[in-house]
Amino acid sequence: MSWNKRRRKAVNAIMLSLTALCTLFAAGSLVFILSYLFVHGAASLNWNFFTKLPTPVGETGGGMANAILGSAKLLLLATCVGVPIGFLGGVYLAEFGTSTFSFVVRYVTDLLNGVPSIVMGIFAYSLIVIRQKHFSTLAGGLALGVMMIPIAIRSSEEFLRGVPLSLREGAMALGASKSRAIWTVVVPAAKAGLITGIMLNLARVAGETAPLLFTSFSNRFWSPGWNQPTAALPEMVYKYAISAYDDWHQQAWSAGFVLLTLVLAVNIVARMILSKRGPAAR
Amino acid sequence: MQAPSRQLDPMSTLPNIGASSGTEPKTAADAAAKLSADNLNFFYGNFQALHGISMKVYDKRVTAFIGPSGCGKSTFLRTLNRMNETVRHSRVEGEIRLDGENIFRIDVNDVRRRVGMVFQRSNPFPKSIYDNVAYGLRINSSLSRSQLREAVEQSLRRAALWDEVKDKLHQSAYGLSGGQQQRLCIARALAVNPEVLLLDEPCSALDPIATAKIEDLIFQLKDSCTIVIVTHNMQQAARVADFTGFFLMGRLIEFDNTTVIFKTPNRKETEDYVTGRFG
Repeated sequence: MSWNKRRRKAVNAIMLSLTALCTLFAAGSLVFILSYLFVHGAASLNWNFFTKLPTPVGETGGGMANAILGSAKLLLLATCVGVPIGFLGGVYLAEFGTSTFSFVVRYVTDLLNGVPSIVMGIFAYSLIVIRQKHFSTLAGGLALGVMMIPIAIRSSEEFLRGVPLSLREGAMALGASKSRAIWTVVVPAAKAGLITGIMLNLARVAGETAPLLFTSFSNRFWSPGWNQPTAALPEMVYKYAISAYDDWHQQAWSAGFVLLTLVLAVNIVARMILSKRGPAAR
Repeated sequence: MQAPSRQLDPMSTLPNIGASSGTEPKTAADAAAKLSADNLNFFYGNFQALHGISMKVYDKRVTAFIGPSGCGKSTFLRTLNRMNETVRHSRVEGEIRLDGENIFRIDVNDVRRRVGMVFQRSNPFPKSIYDNVAYGLRINSSLSRSQLREAVEQSLRRAALWDEVKDKLHQSAYGLSGGQQQRLCIARALAVNPEVLLLDEPCSALDPIATAKIEDLIFQLKDSCTIVIVTHNMQQAARVADFTGFFLMGRLIEFDNTTVIFKTPNRKETEDYVTGRFG
């Protein structure tokens, strides 16, 4: 009895300290990354970073204005590809899909979600770059957009399913057809969740580098239109970080810091939307 | 159990002939049948929830369905506006006629517009009070802005809610109390001018004061609308209904004038239920 009790207490103490240690490690590494990035990145962050083009090797100064704009254009394209497909697919799964078909689609989207991002790059590469024989913003946007689809489908489906059945019935009891009820009651009721899902999804692909390496490639200058190679923030981090120049390293830190801040800001705003006006469920 | 009388006794408007046999109330001769079910069977998958229901719902009268939980009264109510068709793997056999026309041959959205429904738990849309009431009008008609405003006001007045909400029409419907939300749902249903209003235990989540308001409302609406109410509360059926149907295990055991059902039922099962011996 007493030996058992002592053993139980010892096991408890060991397990408790183990879990606490792991938690500390997980939280600690995040804090470490954030502070490290802040210390190194914020230091060389200045107005030029946001307004100037990169300077030639050997020349100090310059910025990443073209990469910031490039990232924005890529994300816009990705949204145009990923959000409509993901949203409409989610509507179908949540509202119309039969159970077998939905199961298959869900399984396939989960698989698609697990596809390494560089494979998405190859997909866009073979679809657009090979045909056009040059890199382009278009190809990069497509790669990121396809990456958005699985999460967009699943999050739209989840939030639409979260709308109580009673609201659909309420609308249909007034003579609304099913599709009318979906567009006028269910989707508006899930609006906050749907928008949040899109924002978190965008934040996720904003940091993707691999799919851009051989689709949008890179560019040291402005990239007019949609059909030319373009710089992007994560790609600049990669290129500058592996370079041999100290001032490039500094700028890589800054780019990483800007990227992280943007992602963090999007996340915080998304969570605020979600907690303020949650799904219509009461 | 005696049917308790309130200031408005619905029985006083109908001559009480007393016990009748069969499922056709004798006093109904002066009222036309608005809805009539003929040998209606309903299945959830393999489970048969309704067995050969035949009955009439009389025009501009209040009909109540009573019975223990799971007896099929709500299922039957929900077939009257074809709401049960949204349940997967459900199947219906038999006929329901609305003014003589088989509802299964009418466009389902038209059926639901003509036969409105208020649910057990109030289900206002996450929109403003005004937009809730205007919803049915917007999808079914193309009224001008001022016509719409007038129709919304009229519906809220009919649901005895106007005075309480007229200053906050554009605030969220979720800010209203439970009883107000249920009356808002009634106003929303009334806005499209339904010929029949189905009420599925509309007061089960409400306190006695809110319940009394809804019952008063039912008396007022009776002049313009045929009302069918499912209720667990037998006193409520006795107070508001002209006719009452007693359901048990998916069958309509007895259907007659409310006084007959509560005072001199013909069937043993009905008597046992209304006297509280089971259920």
